[in-house]
Amino acid sequence: MSPLVFANNAPTLAERCKDAAGIALIALLLGIPMIGLTTADQGGSLQVLTRWPLLGAFVAAAFCGRLALRYGLDMLKQRRQTRDREAAARPGKRGVRSIRILELTGWLAFGIALVLPILFSDNRYVVDTATTVLIYVMLGWGLNVVVGLAGLLDLGHAAFYAVGAYAYALLSTQFGWGFWTALPVAGLTAAVFGLALGWPSLRLRGDYLAIVTLGFGEIIRVVLTNWTDLSGGPNGISSIPRPTFFGLPFVPSSDTGTFASFFGLEFSPMHRIIFLYYVILLLSLLTNVLVKRLRRLPIGRAWEAMREDEIACKALGMNITNVKLSAFALGAMLGGVAGVFFAARQGFISPESFTFNESAIILAIVVLGGMGSQLGVVLASVVLVLLPELGRDFAEYRMLLFGAAMILIMVWRPGGILSHREPTLRHQPAGEQA
Amino acid sequence: MRAGMNAENIILSVEHLTMRFGGLAAIDDLSLAVPAGKITGVIGPNGAGKTTFFNCLTGFYKPTEGVVSLNHPTRGALRLADLPSHQVAHVAQVVRTFQNIRLFPKMTVLENLIVAQHNALQKASGFSLAGILGLPSYRKAEQQAVAKAVDWLTRLHLIDKADTPAGALPYGTQRRVEIARALCVDPLLLCLDEPAAGLNPRESGELNELLLRLVADAKLTILLIEHDMSVVMNVSDHICVLNYGRKIAEGTPKQIQNDPNVIKAYLGEEDADELLHAEVSA
Repeated sequence: MSPLVFANNAPTLAERCKDAAGIALIALLLGIPMIGLTTADQGGSLQVLTRWPLLGAFVAAAFCGRLALRYGLDMLKQRRQTRDREAAARPGKRGVRSIRILELTGWLAFGIALVLPILFSDNRYVVDTATTVLIYVMLGWGLNVVVGLAGLLDLGHAAFYAVGAYAYALLSTQFGWGFWTALPVAGLTAAVFGLALGWPSLRLRGDYLAIVTLGFGEIIRVVLTNWTDLSGGPNGISSIPRPTFFGLPFVPSSDTGTFASFFGLEFSPMHRIIFLYYVILLLSLLTNVLVKRLRRLPIGRAWEAMREDEIACKALGMNITNVKLSAFALGAMLGGVAGVFFAARQGFISPESFTFNESAIILAIVVLGGMGSQLGVVLASVVLVLLPELGRDFAEYRMLLFGAAMILIMVWRPGGILSHREPTLRHQPAGEQA
Repeated sequence: MRAGMNAENIILSVEHLTMRFGGLAAIDDLSLAVPAGKITGVIGPNGAGKTTFFNCLTGFYKPTEGVVSLNHPTRGALRLADLPSHQVAHVAQVVRTFQNIRLFPKMTVLENLIVAQHNALQKASGFSLAGILGLPSYRKAEQQAVAKAVDWLTRLHLIDKADTPAGALPYGTQRRVEIARALCVDPLLLCLDEPAAGLNPRESGELNELLLRLVADAKLTILLIEHDMSVVMNVSDHICVLNYGRKIAEGTPKQIQNDPNVIKAYLGEEDADELLHAEVSA
């Protein structure tokens, strides 16, 4: 931003008063019927009473409030502009600092995730919530490949989540497959569904693609609801086997030995909860490493280039079909793996869990976190899972609060919580730039 | 084919090319031979079909009629219209830039140039497998790709911008980055769509030098659409003039400047030689 614009920006007191007077006038007009006039029951008949002092106070409050709000916003804008100008003067330095902070936050989040179940080993609620956060982190990272990196707006990610979950549920209940053997197979099944979605929508972009993915998500859900022979219909599939610790189940007693008896521990239901937590932590860390690495490989750069300009990619000789399909397949596979975990954790799944609402939340996580940012997805998942949890005290206002928080975040940071993009390779190491 | 040019030296031959959109013939029976290792200019008033011609060459449009064939030194004669659009750059090594710059704005300049080498790198990364494992063969390929990008950036005086997001650069610099990116694809034929648009006189002077240097050093052929006559007339060995999709003149810059058809097409008046001279030799 140029300093010239900046100098002319600060309004005078008169301008501020005028602005506030405008608001006060609106408040007055609205206030006359809403506050100024009131009805009261007097001796059986309805009388109209006036409350002029209250209206006066209301208008005065609107005037002062507007003045203060405007002033506060202007101060904030000014501060940001000064900061931006300083940053523009020394680009290298700020870049390096923000990268360091990001790295540090990442490791800090990892550290917290690692010790959390140990610190709260007797608090089922905390570990359960943290597990939910991690499921969303994993779903977010999967969708981040499709939406954040490849720029393909996908409103049906819950479909792949469902495919993974049902694949595991069926493989385990019908064929007796274990968690770890079913995991890759279910992941690949979801990837095939990803290709099935990607293939017909190759020529679509943006809004049009979004509608196709939305439809795809609904098709999967409707099929699961109605194909009773396969999926149990609305009743879902129950008694899905839980993952075992290398064959040792988490049950009070068993003929072949249990986790508790093998390690000489007293049985506690928390063992399984904590074990599940570490399983999803491991899965999401693998996802993170995989996606991070892929981003620095030709295919990852091709995804990002396709997001930036598909026509330019074609002109450079890139086979867009492969690039697009690989993004869809990988995103779907990661969603499917998260679905497997979800089914194993819940022990019961039904189409209820894979509605459009779920897709919307996963997409919100990616957008709120900052498209393409891995750490952003983590922060957004924490916010989106914890907000409704913390909001339980507000009862019916919970979702209202949730929505307001999302709007605030987007106003505060239009690019998402973390919109910084780190180049996949550098000519000069960061910090050595002039 | 024009007299005095033997077939060996023709890199691209366009025969009876026609591109119709509904009833409108954007290109009407165009035949053209582009000599190898030279700069051929394509000029014409707005809407003459120049960009449509490029789109037909580079696989973005499938021509309604006619043949565009590239004389590839190792792969023989390639019919460009029969290739899938991405193979025009990859296999036939015909690479273009765009009238309205199409960089990857959020990616750095260096990344833009690495993306241009996608096909080679993707192969070297074993379709990501060797890459994920970080095998030395892939690392070496990546280093080579970076070295090539750095080489072009140095030659085009862009090296200090290597780590800047492409979208943050000034317009003229973005044009040069787009050329550098196209060069990273190893083009035989480089099609530049108005590379001087939006450049100031000093910058277009530099562009002239760059184009001449490229043809001399890199042994490539350039096909140039341009409105800036100071560029076209100074660098082109050969010029083709289009109007309403038809070729109305062809020849050396000197011949073109004095061609009555061209003067008429540009000014619509026969008695306006002086005006034309003002524009054409600016």
